Amino acid sequence: MRDVSIIGFGQTPVGEHWELSLRHIAAQAVLAAMQDAGIDRADALYVGNMIASETSGQHHLGALVADFVGLRGIEAFRVEAACASGAAALRAGYLAVASGAADLVIVVGLEKMTDAIGNSITTALAEAADADYETPHGLSFVSINALLMRRYMYEFGVRHEDFAGFAITAHQNAVNNPYAMFRRPITKEEFVQARMIADPINLLDSSPVADGAAAVVLCPTDQARSFSEYPVHIRACEVGTDSLALHDRRDPLFLEAAYISVQKAYARAGVTPADIDLFELHDAFTIMAALSLEAAGFARRGEGVRLAMDGAIALNGRIPISTMGGLKGRGHPVGATGVYQVIEVAQQVTGRAGANQVPNARLGMAQNIGGSGATVITTILEA
Amino acid sequence: MGIPAYWRTRTQRYALVGEVCHKCGAKIFPPRDVCPECTRPASDPFTFSGRGEVYSFSTIYQPPEGFEEFAPYTVALVKLEEGPLVTAQLTDVDPAEVHIGMPVEMVTRKLREEGEDGQIIYGYKFRPLLRNTLTPRPSGQAA
Repeated sequence: MRDVSIIGFGQTPVGEHWELSLRHIAAQAVLAAMQDAGIDRADALYVGNMIASETSGQHHLGALVADFVGLRGIEAFRVEAACASGAAALRAGYLAVASGAADLVIVVGLEKMTDAIGNSITTALAEAADADYETPHGLSFVSINALLMRRYMYEFGVRHEDFAGFAITAHQNAVNNPYAMFRRPITKEEFVQARMIADPINLLDSSPVADGAAAVVLCPTDQARSFSEYPVHIRACEVGTDSLALHDRRDPLFLEAAYISVQKAYARAGVTPADIDLFELHDAFTIMAALSLEAAGFARRGEGVRLAMDGAIALNGRIPISTMGGLKGRGHPVGATGVYQVIEVAQQVTGRAGANQVPNARLGMAQNIGGSGATVITTILEA
Repeated sequence: MGIPAYWRTRTQRYALVGEVCHKCGAKIFPPRDVCPECTRPASDPFTFSGRGEVYSFSTIYQPPEGFEEFAPYTVALVKLEEGPLVTAQLTDVDPAEVHIGMPVEMVTRKLREEGEDGQIIYGYKFRPLLRNTLTPRPSGQAA
């Protein structure tokens, strides 16, 4: 296997892009990434996307995007793993370059959620869950996370307000990210009083529906310097899986797939949690942030939420998370998120995170979670 | 879910019929044909008693399409007395009275209607256990 590096990236601001279609938003990110890497060709393009068929009535995204960015003819297809689709596409690109099958690969995470009308977006997102035994009973995707949160609060004796630190930190960090959707802080009082979505998850526990596209360009590490002043080495990009349905898991409060992917990633990179300077985790809901910190080895079982209460997750804390706003503050265009996360880690480890720079960040980790934890992809990056 | 899919899953949805692994004895619901405990083939039918307790629950205020008329409604993970967790709605209960550990039993209820001319979907829900009227059944009998 060859070492693989990121040599350019591009992203659209996350938000409600009523004026842009699926293909236009993809093209913006891809063309920006190609310009950043200084390339006008590529061997392959992989699209991470979850629900374009429901929101835009469009499958077949590989050929569509390749054609639309002037790369008609190259290998291109879509990769899907629910909310982990972005990182799954990155994994496909990483394998293509590592194997020697391709030298120059573009990966784009893409989602256009505001084209869906009414509750159809809630229905589309629920497709990440078990369509035979979860969704026919009226479960929304939020409610599946709520089942986890309620049980977590019960087993570990914590209150809903104890999770506030995750949302407050994310919003605070989003203020300085020009690509973030919510560039304003929130208070603990606002968190506690927010409108209920699926008890105990309220609006401010939840990441927002949004449009977005983010793209990276990959090449073999030994060629990276010829393309970029700031190449970022992918030290690991590893996948773990679990059952789709919560009810099929041995211990719903332990993210087995996250544990598997993180252990594989640590082993491949030859590092431990103590070596990780920042962690872009998948805070689609505050409960997921807590469970992710535990599965990745930053907290013991039931103690992930404590890191949101004692400042450990702040930019200058023991393990900074959501440093550019996370899913909560930046926004969560589902199939695009995994690539946004990787770009944010790349910015941090190359010292280009601006006002949100984590001091001396050298090794960063991103974790993209599909469904309620059925597919988890962990990426470790180093400048 | 389309008509064929509802038809395929009717047995398990009407009567909590799952499987038992003849190798390791694990009781399996929903049925999946490969035992999740020992990964051997497991296709012997097993009818669950329908009794269990609430493992976790959530009241949904923002429902998916097709469930708008029921909102707010409460969904739960129910720990069946034979072991597996099952995802279902709670019924015949005030959401404020639901708590983790609450004993519940399976009942058959309407899950949704697919429009005025569409099919009506029935399936299991769970209600608080009616202690006074319940006659104990031997485990393994249909609820």
